Amino acid sequence: MAAGRNWNWFHRMGSPRWFYETTGRWLPWLWVLTLGLMLTGLIWGLAYAPQDAKQGNSFRIIYLHVPASFLALAGYYLMAIAGAIGLIWKMKLSYMVMKSAAPIGAALTFIALFTGAVWGKPTWGTYWVWDARITSMLILLFLYLGVLALQYAFHSQETGNKASAILALVGTVNIPIIYKSVDWWYTLHQPATIKFTSAPSMHMDMFQPLLVMIIAMYSFYGLALILYTRVEILRRERKSSWVRELALRTQPAQVDQ
Amino acid sequence: MQLEGANGAGKTTLMRLMTSALQPTSGKVLYLGRPVQDCRYEYLDNILYIGHQSGVKMILSAEENLRWMSPASTSAAEIALALDAVGLRGYTDVPCYSLSAGQHRRVALARLSTSKAAIWYLDEPFTSIDKQGVLNLQHQLEAHLQRGGAVILSTHQNLPIDGLRTYVVDPHSDIGLPL
Amino acid sequence: MIAESQGFAGYLRRDLLLAYRRRGEVASPLIFFVLVSTLIPLGISPDSARLAELAPGIIWVMALLATLLSTETLFASDYQDGSLEQLLISPQLLALPVLGKILAHWLVTGLPLTLVSPLIGLMLSLPAAGLLPMMASLALGTACLSLIGAVGAALTVSLRKGGLLLSVLVIPLYMPVIIFGSAAVQSAIDGLNWLGPLAVLAAMLSAAAALCPLAIAGALRLVSNN
Repeated sequence: MAAGRNWNWFHRMGSPRWFYETTGRWLPWLWVLTLGLMLTGLIWGLAYAPQDAKQGNSFRIIYLHVPASFLALAGYYLMAIAGAIGLIWKMKLSYMVMKSAAPIGAALTFIALFTGAVWGKPTWGTYWVWDARITSMLILLFLYLGVLALQYAFHSQETGNKASAILALVGTVNIPIIYKSVDWWYTLHQPATIKFTSAPSMHMDMFQPLLVMIIAMYSFYGLALILYTRVEILRRERKSSWVRELALRTQPAQVDQ
Repeated sequence: MQLEGANGAGKTTLMRLMTSALQPTSGKVLYLGRPVQDCRYEYLDNILYIGHQSGVKMILSAEENLRWMSPASTSAAEIALALDAVGLRGYTDVPCYSLSAGQHRRVALARLSTSKAAIWYLDEPFTSIDKQGVLNLQHQLEAHLQRGGAVILSTHQNLPIDGLRTYVVDPHSDIGLPL
Repeated sequence: MIAESQGFAGYLRRDLLLAYRRRGEVASPLIFFVLVSTLIPLGISPDSARLAELAPGIIWVMALLATLLSTETLFASDYQDGSLEQLLISPQLLALPVLGKILAHWLVTGLPLTLVSPLIGLMLSLPAAGLLPMMASLALGTACLSLIGAVGAALTVSLRKGGLLLSVLVIPLYMPVIIFGSAAVQSAIDGLNWLGPLAVLAAMLSAAAALCPLAIAGALRLVSNN
């Protein structure tokens, strides 16, 4: 294939087995990092950050809502890029990552919508508001669901992966268009009485835990993605020798006891 | 060249790879020494592929179908002649949904008379046609070979044609096909 | 050798001929459009003022659904009788015949919808100021919808119950089109500049016409592997 200077590392990265073994080494650290950041961010934000002048304590939900929204969107791009790499370089591992990114992203989008609703009730008196951000998030959820549905619709695993990759790329091109359209639609129909987030004008004391939570969420996403992908690797490669060896190695320990 | 092999061995897949209907996950298809990607237009313009499905539109008539599948320069007379040769005289204006499966096959095979392609890929061309049709097709294949054309077909039939090489398609071994 | 007769124009002509032979089938989306537009007054209210408020959006949603319904069969018959396979091994760029097919599809669905829309507008008390913008936005918009829908149709062509999945895939992608489409009509009714949203629709159409055939070609090559 690509003979030549530095592409070996790229193709080595494409080996599911290599991924499995390397991430196996990283996992304990990643767990520690994620849990640490999450706990720090949550406790700081939920307990110690100052109350908001207008919204009281209910604004604290943004410590979950905003990071989830970020990652929901970033996750879609990651999924699409993984799909593109799979299509261009025909890398199985890339498809596995794409396949794992879909449910995680969809779940995060749902969390973002749910926490948004929880925030909405005490703040504006209603759980659901058709404003630009929420509507865009909802459409993002539909895009995720589409990719998921397409994955599982085909008999052949490979066709399903490629079709999802194409759909994810089409969706990627559309996301900026959708966001802009919905934004425009909202300003057309609603007078701008309420601002959804006043993030730029947020006080430093409130912003810092938010930053921590965002980083924590990135770490969480990475952890979840790696875990899901590892399961996917085991599932797909279950007939190969290294997986069988692995299964045998972990079995005897239980038999002895 | 005749491709032989058990059902499911991959004869159709191989043929689709060679006609570029399918993309290989590894390896290349070469035409006259060059990869097909580089001379795509030249190569594809010069082949004819008749697969399992006849490619015949049911709501069009046999004549319309053949006209669509033939080069633009084919005259109405040539088309009529081709349909005649496969035994469809009198059925040329009827929509194909009222024809039998064997007759659909014959419409597809009528392409062989009007095509100017040098390489023919035929996947199980003898299915559904009667004895006379089999003989006709054999004659056509021989004539094509005489003119310097090439034929790659897969079939379970025995073909008494001079110069026919047989390759057995077996998914468990590597196939090297010098063409 | 075959190439000249099977390019953009060739497929356009052929698909129009095929549609003509299946006229009954092909008229269904249009009839659907008219029928469901009748549901609205029955389901909501016959009150003229209320209908007028909702008319632009309703007509657009109905047109969208009708187009969606018709997109399902865009590649289906070709897939089933082997024509798709022949298309894949033809020498020219796959994008051109695909565009020909989609144009034929639009001429047979989107265009009739556009032409019938004033009638529906009348039935739903659409203010007169909205009639021309409605037709203009539908003309551009349904073309967009045909293109985007074709991507979904190509991805699901080999699936048995592809129809519902097609809707799931394609409706999120349709949303910007309907936003600007109905906004064009509403702006005209409110006396604002409606050429702005229309221009955005035109831009979307250009982008779709350029990009969708590529995605469709990729998807068609992909799913023929089954």
